[in-house]
Amino acid sequence: MITLSCEEVRREISNYLDDDMSPRMRRLLEAHLEQCRKCAVLLDSTHNVLVLLADEQRFELPDGFSSRVRQMLAKEFEKGKS
Amino acid sequence: MQNTLVGESENDRVVAQERELIAEILAGNHERYYELIAPIERRVYYTAYAILRTKADAEEVAQEAILKGFRGLHTFRGNAKFSSWLLSIVMNEGRMRLRRRREVSLELLKSPDDEGEYTPIELADWREIPVEALAQKELGEHLEEAVAALPQLYREVLILRDVDGLNIAETSGALGISVPAVKTRLLRARLMVRDYFVSRSWAAPARLREAQP
Repeated sequence: MITLSCEEVRREISNYLDDDMSPRMRRLLEAHLEQCRKCAVLLDSTHNVLVLLADEQRFELPDGFSSRVRQMLAKEFEKGKS
Repeated sequence: MQNTLVGESENDRVVAQERELIAEILAGNHERYYELIAPIERRVYYTAYAILRTKADAEEVAQEAILKGFRGLHTFRGNAKFSSWLLSIVMNEGRMRLRRRREVSLELLKSPDDEGEYTPIELADWREIPVEALAQKELGEHLEEAVAALPQLYREVLILRDVDGLNIAETSGALGISVPAVKTRLLRARLMVRDYFVSRSWAAPARLREAQP
């Protein structure tokens, strides 16, 4: 049976997280993950960081940002009318 | 495993809704541009901030991009999501501002991808990052530092793909680089940001313990 090395798995981690690989590669990779704790930890922790990154609530807009944008646009719209 | 991709039909629905809205704006109902902007304001601002690292510059660039988006709306081709189009404007404006600040040399932006292997930090006995151990605020700060620590080349890809949620093709379009280049940089960016975050987040609780009498 063909197996992947840790290095090969590392190279594919990003594609795996994006669900961007062939079913065959996925099977090989998952077989490796079942046997290799090191790679499983790498995958889980990378996945966790991505989940945190994607959370929009973690960063805030500066106070008044939205209203300043609206004011700026209102001026622009006025120009169009005159 | 969480699938981060939005379903195709959902995507199509968003694009169709936006197309209608944009037609109305272009027909003269300018105020409706707010509706187009409101859902992505945060991402627009954060993307500018992630590139420029100062609040003042980020706000200016975010505003400029939103204005350019309005002025150039007639050039927007409705076959993509408005958000990916506007975020590519933010990225370009941000890069131009950076160049003016001369913080980043052109060379860095153009430098070819490092083809060599990147070796991530090895974790012996942690199955997951112990997010429960950290205060929400601390967590956010560490994540910010990790993003800031990335070289520009990698930061751009990570922000568009993993923070803004563009797909690979949209990220490639927004940055003007090939799909394979996006994938190569993304792999490196994700491993690097994870390493930085991991090393910071685990050092912190240890420091706290030391500080206690």
